[in-house]
Amino acid sequence: MTDKLITAVIVVIGVPAVLVGYIWATEQVLRVLPESRRPAVRPWLWLAPALAFLALFLVWPMLGTAIHSFQNHPGTEFVGLDNYVWFFGSSDALSALKNNVLWLIFLTLFVVGFGLLVAVLVDKVRYESVAKSVIFVPLAISMVAAGVIWLYMYQYKPPGAIQTGTLNAAIGIGGLGPVPWLQVEDFSVNTFMLIIVMAWMWTGFAMVIISAALKGINPELMEAARMDGATEMQVFRGIVFPLLVPTLVVVSTTMIITALKAFDIVYSMTSGQLNTNVIANQMYSEMFKFGQYGRASAIAVVLLLAIIPIMFFNIGRFRAQEAVR
Amino acid sequence: MTAAGAALDRVGPKQGWLAHRHIGLHTALIVLMIIWAIPTLGLFINSFRPATDAFGTGWWSALFPPYNFTFENYEHVLGQSNIGTNFLNSLFISIPATVIPIFVAAFAAYAFSWMEFPGRNILFVVVVGLLVVPLQATLIPVLSMFASWGIAGTFLAVWLAHTAYGLPFAIYLLRNFMGSLPREVFESAAIDGASSVTSFFRLALPMSVPAIAALAIFQFLFVWNDLLVALIYISIVNPDNLPLTVSIAGLMTSQGAGTEFLGAAAFISMALPLIVFFGLQRFFVRGIVGGAVKG
Repeated sequence: MTDKLITAVIVVIGVPAVLVGYIWATEQVLRVLPESRRPAVRPWLWLAPALAFLALFLVWPMLGTAIHSFQNHPGTEFVGLDNYVWFFGSSDALSALKNNVLWLIFLTLFVVGFGLLVAVLVDKVRYESVAKSVIFVPLAISMVAAGVIWLYMYQYKPPGAIQTGTLNAAIGIGGLGPVPWLQVEDFSVNTFMLIIVMAWMWTGFAMVIISAALKGINPELMEAARMDGATEMQVFRGIVFPLLVPTLVVVSTTMIITALKAFDIVYSMTSGQLNTNVIANQMYSEMFKFGQYGRASAIAVVLLLAIIPIMFFNIGRFRAQEAVR
Repeated sequence: MTAAGAALDRVGPKQGWLAHRHIGLHTALIVLMIIWAIPTLGLFINSFRPATDAFGTGWWSALFPPYNFTFENYEHVLGQSNIGTNFLNSLFISIPATVIPIFVAAFAAYAFSWMEFPGRNILFVVVVGLLVVPLQATLIPVLSMFASWGIAGTFLAVWLAHTAYGLPFAIYLLRNFMGSLPREVFESAAIDGASSVTSFFRLALPMSVPAIAALAIFQFLFVWNDLLVALIYISIVNPDNLPLTVSIAGLMTSQGAGTEFLGAAAFISMALPLIVFFGLQRFFVRGIVGGAVKG
């Protein structure tokens, strides 16, 4: 019990104190330096904690993984590009890659579109917090629970039996027969069903971020436009949307990355069967099911390379943004 | 356009709750709310039904007589011996794993926003680029590192790991927000002789409250709901420090596919994140600095 108490004190008082103390200490360190040198050193002291964390837990392990992608499974000898040749010659891996593209396009469109719609709508009503909470709740649910919730939604019983799945019961009312949603491979229906689960979870995320940006817009700008007789639609198109663009880019980027890393939902709902596999799940299988560390590492590297175009697009935007600051 | 029509057009936020022009708005919003609520509602209702009912008929049939609700699923989950300890462990893991990345990211975001140094933009892009590192690709090297430091299985290990995994997004979000704060505020503070530390605590942090509140919620949720990180860095070494998610996952697997308990377990683990969300929501106030933020 005393252990718990000590831990609690460290958690509540010690951790924040250390963090604030660090920044205060940097200023004391700078005082030792001559005035002219301080601006050159100061940024690095502020960045040091973040860079140390990232180097130790992300960059360094990833470098190890990158090296491993050119090695055999135990990492004893180099095998050149064998793992990559396997990847681009494997129909399973390419199908997973194709599914990731679907995830990337549709998850992003859905989440950003609905997130923006809800953020703008709730800003105008009195039950804003209720509406926001309803949309946000799915994000508070762990992925496993979300998987179970939607297995109930998609549940399939043969025609004639009582449908316990919400979706099949609903289309039953419309006179349509039940559909085994997660087993229909045509037009990637089952993959779309998985994307819907993820979109249902993440729309609240987009909504909260966009909403925070919306609250940051000067209300006087909108009031002035309204005084001049602009309709709500004109206010949105002329003032709100342009000011939200940077935020929408942030959310889109986050969603594209989320789509590329999609794992939990696929793993828990279909295990990647029936053509629903995605890259991250393929990597997990290679690593923990087949023990193929070399191949798993190569998949991780491919995943990393896939993001580079998105990063370049963001750099371009970022530069443009910096230019006007 | 009549004067009355123009006046209606100018109905601003929080007005005209039932003005007929807004019927479309409310309809759209309420339909969306229903669509979003139904999946969770279904599981919630099923979590109060005996297993035989839940597997035999859809959740909506519980809305009609004869009513047959039970707490036994919840009793079963709460009756598991370690739930209280696990709950506390989840708190001990989640609070620092939320506080540390926010501070560390805020320091970095401030430097990226308001300090000049060579390679600033390139470095920022590299940091954000780390968003794409799939966690699975770092688990094994990081675990062996923790083992060599002798902290595998401790809360500290999980704090450090979650901080690193959360940083790229946190820095991205905060840098985006801090960078759009008005330059004049910081320039005049510097002219008045304020140090970077003073500017940071007195200006940058308070003005970034909406972004920080949003970030705090997300980071807390990710850590609270995380299964993978806790499973790899704690469970193998020190079962006493396990968070709620791992014990609930264990409950599921030990019950076979005991989905009737899964609903109850999911709602028990959701309780705190929801309280946090509602508690922080009031910080999303409109126009934090007289509306001087450029979106």
